[in-house]
Amino acid sequence: MAPLPDDGRTALAWEALSTVLDPELPAVNIVELGLVREVTATSAPDGVLVAITPTFSACPAWHVIERNAVAALQAAGVGRVVVEKRIAPAWSSDDMTEGARAKLERFGIAPPAVHGGLVQLAIEAPVRCPRCGHPDTRLRNAFGSTLCREIRTCAACHETFERFKPL
Amino acid sequence: MTLAPELSAALVERLTAFADDELVLGHHQAGWTGHAPLLEEDIAIANVAQDEIGHAVAWLELRAALDGSDPDRLVFFRAASDYRSAWLSEQPRGDWAFTMLRQYLFDAYEAELLARLSASSYRPLADTAAKVAREELFHLRHSRLWVERLAHGTDESRDRLVSAVAVAWPLMAQLLAPLPQDAALEAAGITYSSRDLEESVVAATSAELVRHGFALPPFAPVPAGDPRALRTEHLAPTLLVMQSVARSDADAQAW
Repeated sequence: MAPLPDDGRTALAWEALSTVLDPELPAVNIVELGLVREVTATSAPDGVLVAITPTFSACPAWHVIERNAVAALQAAGVGRVVVEKRIAPAWSSDDMTEGARAKLERFGIAPPAVHGGLVQLAIEAPVRCPRCGHPDTRLRNAFGSTLCREIRTCAACHETFERFKPL
Repeated sequence: MTLAPELSAALVERLTAFADDELVLGHHQAGWTGHAPLLEEDIAIANVAQDEIGHAVAWLELRAALDGSDPDRLVFFRAASDYRSAWLSEQPRGDWAFTMLRQYLFDAYEAELLARLSASSYRPLADTAAKVAREELFHLRHSRLWVERLAHGTDESRDRLVSAVAVAWPLMAQLLAPLPQDAALEAAGITYSSRDLEESVVAATSAELVRHGFALPPFAPVPAGDPRALRTEHLAPTLLVMQSVARSDADAQAW
C-alpha cells in the first residue's frame, strides 16, 4: 500500500484519535499519551493505516482502545481503517506530552518523571503529592489498581494517591 | 523477516517454552487474588500474574507469526502432554514463602534472559524482549525484597523459606537447560549462549540466597535429550481448572 497524496485524511484521523480516551485513565487521550505511532493515508480502497502501541504488554485496556479507535476513525469518515499493533520502539512514559502530565496531576494521579532512559533513577526520585503539592511522599505499594500505577502516601496531607509508573 | 524452516521450527519450540513458563506461573500467582496475606500484596501479586500472562501472549504472538497458530487455542485446548513448561513453573502455588522465592528465581532468570534476547538477530524477538524487560524491572525489585524480608523476618518465615529453597532451587537446572534445537538458534544469533545464561543466572541468584545465609541444595538431574519432554504430575490438574471455562463452550465468541 503506497501512501497517497494526503487529502486531509490523516489530519482528520489524528483529530478523531485525539477523542479516544484511555479507558483506565479517562483524563487523557491516546494521542497525548503517545500511543499513536503513525497515521498514513492508504489507497485501493482509500483509507488510513494507524499504528498504535500498548503501554504495558498485558494492558487489558488494549482491546477497548483498539475498538474505540476504529469506531472514532470510521465515524470521522476516513475510509477503510487498518489498525496495527506496533511493539517497537517500546512505549516509554517519556512519550506522553506535557499536557497529558498536567491532566493526570489534576486527575489526582502523580505523573511519571521524564527520565530520558534512566528509568531506575526516575522510579526512586521524589514524587510530589498531586493533592497538596508536598514533595515528601512514600511508596506504599509498587503495584496499584492498574499495571501502570503504584500507590503512595503523602507525609504532609496523609492522602493516599497513585503515581503513573516511569517506564 | 523470514527464517529458514528449521530455524523457524526451532524458534517455535523455544517461544512455546517461554510462553508456557510464564502462563503456568502466572496462573498459579493469580490464585492468590483475594487470598494474599496483605491487601497491598493481593494487588501486587495480581499485577505480577497479569504481566506474566500478558508476556505469555506476547511470546505466542511471535510464534503465531511463524506458524500461524492461534494463541487462545494453544492455551486453552492443548493437552498437558503438549505443554513445554518448566517444572519450576508447574509446582503448585505453595505458601507465601514458596510463592515469593519462585517468583524471585524466575524474575532473576528473566532479567538475564531478556537482556540477551533484546540483542537477538531476529528483530521481532528483540523488540518484544526489550518491551517485556522494562515491565519485568518492577517484578524483580519486589520479589527480591520479599525474599530478604522473609529470610530475616521470624523463625517461621525463615523456616518456610528454607523449605521453599529445598523445593525450588534444584529445579533451576531444568529451567535453564537448553532444548535440543537451541544450538541452531544460538549459532544463528537468534538466541543466546545457554551456558552463559545459566552461569549468569546461577551466579546472581546463588549470591543473593547465600547472602541471606541459605545453604543451596544440589541441582536436580536434568533428563538427557529433551529436558522438557516430561511434565510433572501437577500440570494436568492445573490445566483442568485453567481451561475449564473455554472448554465448556469452545465456540463462544466472548466470555
